[in-house]
Amino acid sequence: MQVIDRRLNPGGKSLANRQRFIRRARAQVKRAVREATSGRSIKDIDKGGEVTIPSDGVREPTLRRSSEGGTRDYVLPGNKEYIEGDSIQRPPRGGGAGNEGAEDGGGEDEFRFALSDEEFLDLFLEDLELPDLAKRQLKGEGIPQWRRAGYSTSGSPSNMSLSRTMRNSLSRRIALKRPKVGEIAALLEEIAALEESGADPERLAAAREELARQQKRTKLIPFIDPLDVRYRRLESTPKPVAQAVMFCLMDVSGSMSEHMKDLAKRFYALLYLFLKRRYKHVEVVFIRHTHEAEEVDEQTFFYSRETGGTVVSTALEEMARILEARFKPADWNIYAAQASDGDNAPSDNAKTAALLTSAILPLCQYYAYLEVGADDDGPASERPTTLWRTYAIVNGPESPIAMRKVRHRRDIFPVFRELFQKKDQMAEA
Amino acid sequence: MSLKTAPPKIIDPKLLYTGGDWNFETINKVYAAIEEIGRGELNLDIYRNQIEVITAEQMLDAYSSGGMPLFYKHWSFGKHFARDEAMYRKGYTGLAYEIVINSDPCVVYIMEENTITMQTLVIAHAGFGHNHFFKNNYCFKQWTDASGILDYLDFAKAYIAQCEDRYGQTAVERVIDSAHALQSHGVHRFPRKRMPDLRSEQKRAEERRAHGERIFNDLWRTVPTKKARTRDKAEEERRRALLGLPEENILYFLEKTAPRLQGWQREILRIVRNVAQYFYPQRMTKMMNEGCATFVHHRIMTRLHEQGKIDDGAFLEFLHSHTGVVFQPTFDDRRYSGINPYALGFAMMQDIERIVLSPTDEDREWMPDIAGAGDPYNVLKDCWANYRDESFVSQYLSPRLIRSLGLFNLRDDEEEAELNVTHIHNERGYREVRRALSRHYDVARRDPDIQIVDVDLTGDRRLILHHRVLDGVLLEEADTDHVLQHLADLWGYDVLLLEMDEAEDVVMNEHTAKPRATFG
Repeated sequence: MQVIDRRLNPGGKSLANRQRFIRRARAQVKRAVREATSGRSIKDIDKGGEVTIPSDGVREPTLRRSSEGGTRDYVLPGNKEYIEGDSIQRPPRGGGAGNEGAEDGGGEDEFRFALSDEEFLDLFLEDLELPDLAKRQLKGEGIPQWRRAGYSTSGSPSNMSLSRTMRNSLSRRIALKRPKVGEIAALLEEIAALEESGADPERLAAAREELARQQKRTKLIPFIDPLDVRYRRLESTPKPVAQAVMFCLMDVSGSMSEHMKDLAKRFYALLYLFLKRRYKHVEVVFIRHTHEAEEVDEQTFFYSRETGGTVVSTALEEMARILEARFKPADWNIYAAQASDGDNAPSDNAKTAALLTSAILPLCQYYAYLEVGADDDGPASERPTTLWRTYAIVNGPESPIAMRKVRHRRDIFPVFRELFQKKDQMAEA
Repeated sequence: MSLKTAPPKIIDPKLLYTGGDWNFETINKVYAAIEEIGRGELNLDIYRNQIEVITAEQMLDAYSSGGMPLFYKHWSFGKHFARDEAMYRKGYTGLAYEIVINSDPCVVYIMEENTITMQTLVIAHAGFGHNHFFKNNYCFKQWTDASGILDYLDFAKAYIAQCEDRYGQTAVERVIDSAHALQSHGVHRFPRKRMPDLRSEQKRAEERRAHGERIFNDLWRTVPTKKARTRDKAEEERRRALLGLPEENILYFLEKTAPRLQGWQREILRIVRNVAQYFYPQRMTKMMNEGCATFVHHRIMTRLHEQGKIDDGAFLEFLHSHTGVVFQPTFDDRRYSGINPYALGFAMMQDIERIVLSPTDEDREWMPDIAGAGDPYNVLKDCWANYRDESFVSQYLSPRLIRSLGLFNLRDDEEEAELNVTHIHNERGYREVRRALSRHYDVARRDPDIQIVDVDLTGDRRLILHHRVLDGVLLEEADTDHVLQHLADLWGYDVLLLEMDEAEDVVMNEHTAKPRATFG
């Protein structure tokens, strides 16, 4: 008998199987993940959790007998009152006595299991990207990357290139005519034979001399010389990093109802999550505005309440000011996402349009405008809002503006995906 | 009571351990004590034990691959793992106390969070009970190679990983999917005929010719015959014989005959089929195997207590979990989910012991061979070696046990409006109840009887299968179509499955499938 402690063995033996399973059920899991998020609060939007998928794609069919029809005998324990010939009402389907048909999960329609936070987010944010992340800036402190760069004569033992070393050694030995092991062995044999027979003393003397010379040569020319040794050389090269800044502009004025604010915040929560997860070098600037605008931190942006009138141009001015001060357009990819209910002070529209066309849009790679509407708006709301009309005028074929409307929570994710979907080459051309 | 007045605790030197904690030293002590009883008193014949301590996490891992320590990779194991994990995390199910592997040495997993009493129970149960059964039962002897299985799985895992590298995960996955779907029909149920060697073949050919010469009569040549049809018939017979048809091992047939598979695909079918074959005896002997292990652990724990090696607290803890394991809810209980193999197995073993030692007149009449034979362990060891669930029940389920379990037979006939109680635990019913229960354990009846009956390799190559319908129960419609699709993909040509009522030679149902995308 032997006791073995396996507790310290690496765990996660099933990880490979799990990955295969999730890959297999990918489409269904993705859908389930997206549905799951619409019901969550903003805080746990990035948490993993349980999802339920239909068992279609991950079905494991077997040849088995049907659970209905035909004649069946069941032997059951615990008879109390029955005697031969008694009749019993058929129990309702799926329960009661004698239903032992399905053994291993037969007839399951849905499959529930838990996803980790990582898996959840990966699936959630799959194939999204910032459009046209073009300007690449070699940042001084960019992450160095090690790259193979030929061979060198010095280095650490772990980097020694055996094949290269042995190749050098071989060519040196050939060039300097180092005697081979076989040659010396043959000489020794010959000497032994001559000594035995004593027939040809001259040849014996010559052979001995030859042997001495060969042995000397072997000693002088080493098998491996320090000259032969080569090391793999690694060079560090800075990796170009694209840096980007995302401006989040949110209207928090009095005209925004709770519902609209919720929609806008959800949108930004998704955006924030997506940027933080996908891009290492993305700065996020939060600007909220009423009749005046201010830059705030994440906490304030998402959770504090304030109210007032609506002057959109203040936010754009603030953005322009920050751009001027902190983000040189030459070095940064600039993005903006604006959420608003579409109201604006009538006098401000002209200024907004002017600011956009002259100061903001020329610098932006992409400008997403999200208009949030009330849930139960009647047909009256079909009329475009002030801001929508203003932006529509600004929006030319070359302009980087994308405009979408959202009325309901369930629309947030599809719209978000539409705005940040990976565009393939065909679509761009 | 204050602490000061508590009497000083005297630890009996005979005790193997006190309290609940365990360490490797106590495990060794406990094992030695168990071995003394297991080998010395019960005369068990076991493989060398290899006890491995694992965590709950690792137990979950082991679950998903049929308990084996290593297995090839496939998404279905990931699915089982995800389900087990979800169930476990929510607290719907606990984990098994142990997993034991039919290998030589016999690998027994024990979980770290169990108390020492539980570890003792587990070692007695798995390391001696199951181990003895694996080593001695004829089903395992015939169908499994305990010393080779771990090496084979190692090979299988490496081979499939290699295939994935070479042909891509999706291609390999498709083959395994299809093979898994047919896994239940990838076992040999009978030892196969040995291939005759050339010499005996020649001898047979000579005998045949001699026989032909002996009965030669030129007159037969002049008798008119229905020429065409007989030739056809003979041709068909020959064709079937060449392919070894009919064949019930579908995976075997595909591996050897499917026209379009490549070598590595055949090897994967072979791996899946060998694994299925390895697990086949476990399905045939589930109840006996658990009964044997439960009987052994019960006996060993009781003896340990009698010898004063474990204290009353430990023994009560053991009894608590033992009774939990052998609990049999009655049919009208909400917890009822079939007959508990531990309960029935244990009850039958105990019953046999009783019959051997102190039989009643009834026992003498029903089981004259063993009634009063006097040596229960020998009788039991004979049972463990030479029976499987089905034959064990039909031989040894005593009327007394039928009465005490209150077994009765309920017939569910589609044609009738109500269920019918056909037999109960009385004089007229014993035999019938016993027969019905024995049938319930008959693996050959539980799995549908499906055979490949014909294929014309020179014609359209359509594969024809028959399902011999038993008691009018057809195949599960949706699943069968899926499986047939897999079969058609592997075979590469059309597949036809007829559900036949053999007695009346009527086709009751028909399934067909065309290959979607062929392999190779």
